[in-house]
Amino acid sequence: MGEIRLMKGNEALAEAMIRAGCDAYFGYPITPQSEVIEYLSREAPKKSKMVVLQAESELGAINMIYGAAGCGKRVMTTSSSPGISLMQEGLSYIASAQLPCLVANINRGGPGLGTIQPSQSDYMQAVKGGGHGDYHLIVLAPYSVQEMVDFVKIGFELAEKYRNPVMILADGAIGQMMEKVELFDFIERNQEAPEWATVGRRPGKDRVFITSLFIQPEKMEEVNKILQAKYREVEKKEVRYQQLNIEDAEYLLTGYGLGARICMKAMEIGREKGYKIGLIRPITLYPFPYNVYNELAPKIKGILDVEMNAGQMLEDVKLAVDGKTTVKFYGRMGGMIPTPEEIIESFENHFIYGGKNV
Amino acid sequence: MKEEAIFSGFGGQGVLSMGQMLAYAAMKEGKEVCWFPSYGPEMRGGTANCITIISDSLISSPIISTFDTVIALNQPSVEKFEPKVKPGACIIYDSTNIIEPPKRKDIKIYPIAGSEAALKLKNLKVLNMVILGAYTQLKGIVNPETVINALYEILPERHHRLIPLNKEAFELGMDLMMKLV
Amino acid sequence: MSEIPTIEINKETIIKPENLVYKPPKTLFDTPMHYCPGCGHSTVHKIFMEVVEEMGIENDIIGVAPVGCSVFAYYYMNVDMQEAAHGRACAVATGIKRVLPDKFVFTYQGDGDFAAIGTAESIHAANRGENFLVIFINNAVYGMTSGQMAPTTLYDMVSTTTPYGRDPKIHGHPFKITDLIAQLPGAVYVTRQSVHTTANVRKAKKALRKALEIQKLNLGFQLVEIVSNCPSNWRMTPLESLKFIEEQMLPFYPLGDLKVPEGI
Repeated sequence: MGEIRLMKGNEALAEAMIRAGCDAYFGYPITPQSEVIEYLSREAPKKSKMVVLQAESELGAINMIYGAAGCGKRVMTTSSSPGISLMQEGLSYIASAQLPCLVANINRGGPGLGTIQPSQSDYMQAVKGGGHGDYHLIVLAPYSVQEMVDFVKIGFELAEKYRNPVMILADGAIGQMMEKVELFDFIERNQEAPEWATVGRRPGKDRVFITSLFIQPEKMEEVNKILQAKYREVEKKEVRYQQLNIEDAEYLLTGYGLGARICMKAMEIGREKGYKIGLIRPITLYPFPYNVYNELAPKIKGILDVEMNAGQMLEDVKLAVDGKTTVKFYGRMGGMIPTPEEIIESFENHFIYGGKNV
Repeated sequence: MKEEAIFSGFGGQGVLSMGQMLAYAAMKEGKEVCWFPSYGPEMRGGTANCITIISDSLISSPIISTFDTVIALNQPSVEKFEPKVKPGACIIYDSTNIIEPPKRKDIKIYPIAGSEAALKLKNLKVLNMVILGAYTQLKGIVNPETVINALYEILPERHHRLIPLNKEAFELGMDLMMKLV
Repeated sequence: MSEIPTIEINKETIIKPENLVYKPPKTLFDTPMHYCPGCGHSTVHKIFMEVVEEMGIENDIIGVAPVGCSVFAYYYMNVDMQEAAHGRACAVATGIKRVLPDKFVFTYQGDGDFAAIGTAESIHAANRGENFLVIFINNAVYGMTSGQMAPTTLYDMVSTTTPYGRDPKIHGHPFKITDLIAQLPGAVYVTRQSVHTTANVRKAKKALRKALEIQKLNLGFQLVEIVSNCPSNWRMTPLESLKFIEEQMLPFYPLGDLKVPEGI
């Protein structure tokens, strides 16, 4: 058993970073995730040699990440929606240059300056690329404070395995709420820099340079093919999801992160009312568990997708289901959180009362 | 066992830390806990609240709309959360502060003169501890000693000199509740 | 400029080792540069790589290339390098230096990169006293995108986006970012040099060496501005462009040290 603590999601994330042997954190304060840089500024010097630097902007932060990641170091930044938008340029460069790093987006309501309340409205930006060019982040969606801890470790491992940026896509609620967490022990890492890292020329070897500029289109296409081959492998090997009450399910609720937590309660309420409801929770949003939905769809009367946005993952659920069952949607926007009761009401309207009250 | 409670009042009344102390104590006793705050510009002056859920098994939604216990430290909180008490469940409120008490017939209502008690101890800041004592006495979910011990672990060392006062307030709250039930 | 004396030479005399008067540093790749004839970039590349070789730090230095004409600097400089997004070189260099404080780190940036799109990154890196060197090439024009106004374009100077000359009422004023950075306590060595005459090339090289010596002492941010030319986009011959530097650029951007650490 690791150490048990009662922690806020944001602080748990920060503590996990220290324990995972993160070498450097560059960030810029933004609600609702400023606890991360505050916690690191306070705790990291006591427990580690981690570089913790408050950058001049999110633009600065993500490019510091690029530089430090290019030196083969384990690096992370965190922000919330408007700040993550500013980082998109950098993420595109990092993906193209194939540098590993971990980014957490503690999603708040948008668009624009929006609100500081929790939201899931950055799904598309996170899973479909976000910046310019054909690339993907690997996206993990924690639904508890415990997963904020666990996914830091998994996130770094995936980033380094695939030399690709990984995003933890949480929301303001997961960041702000406190739960019991079990922390993993401090990880001792091999400090030897990988051969692609710029650490100064190694005697007897060619120098190293890191770039995302491939001016000849033939070469740029080759780089794209390498990236795409990597994404196919990720799609094959790294899909993670959770299923609940699938065995006898006639209907499914689906959602990720906080949405899935609320759906679990809605499922409990629904089952008490006699509805045979199951639940699918994608844990990796990219790669998305298309097959899981596709295989269940013919046996299911309908799926209600629940999100804290206008229906973004909905597109992936529909793609996955491929017309084999009905997919309906319930969402709240702009920082509003759906209640379990609202979800069940929507479920009944769509599937029990035949959509008459919708 | 499952307890779904909400602590509510003005920012600065210590409602967030009440919920946190309860969650911490329950965790120490081996329970699953979830503490979910309202956050943002309401931090000072406005209304603040936090949901605290304690359970023997895994907790699903941290977002809930009805409660086993509502703890209200100001008038707006009574107005906002009295309707959200589950039928048969209870509301505890600071009867010194709140002029219009809860009225529902299908719930249990516990007026605790918390501010008055805190003033007796010459420190209005311990109002939250008085009410938490009353809550702990009523619900019996956590051992009072666990809550007091939790203070040593939650509070930074420089505040430990205030623990005896907080303990006194907590016990005063327990007494007030004992007289009611 | 002095006249070049004519001497009798033939192939046999040239290749004799004792007649070797010039060789490029090993820290430069033996590859043709893409820079236009007469451009100052190649000179600066060469003298900087000479400094790196002379100091024997070619295995202990990491460079950051910008977006601009020198975007391919890493094709010429035979040291570990990273290519930054436009304007972000100082942030990238911060990331590198913070995790590898024992290595030498430099950025090589043009005026658009350093003083327009990257102003925030540049000023804040300087203000934090990040211990790396910025080589800032000021040629008063956007070269790579073929001749648009730069933040440093002079008053009345013609560019493709100031076809009637730079009018401060419309385009704002030429930006003396070097003077501004010299005000910051984090910036410890700030100097303006040029490479338009042999004497100036020598001085510029000395300044670059001094900057790296200061970096070795871990004193803070080093900025070496080099006033340079862009014959192609200035629509001049190389010689005319050197004259333009002398007559137009230098009166506005005077050469010399703006700030030197005490005792150096």
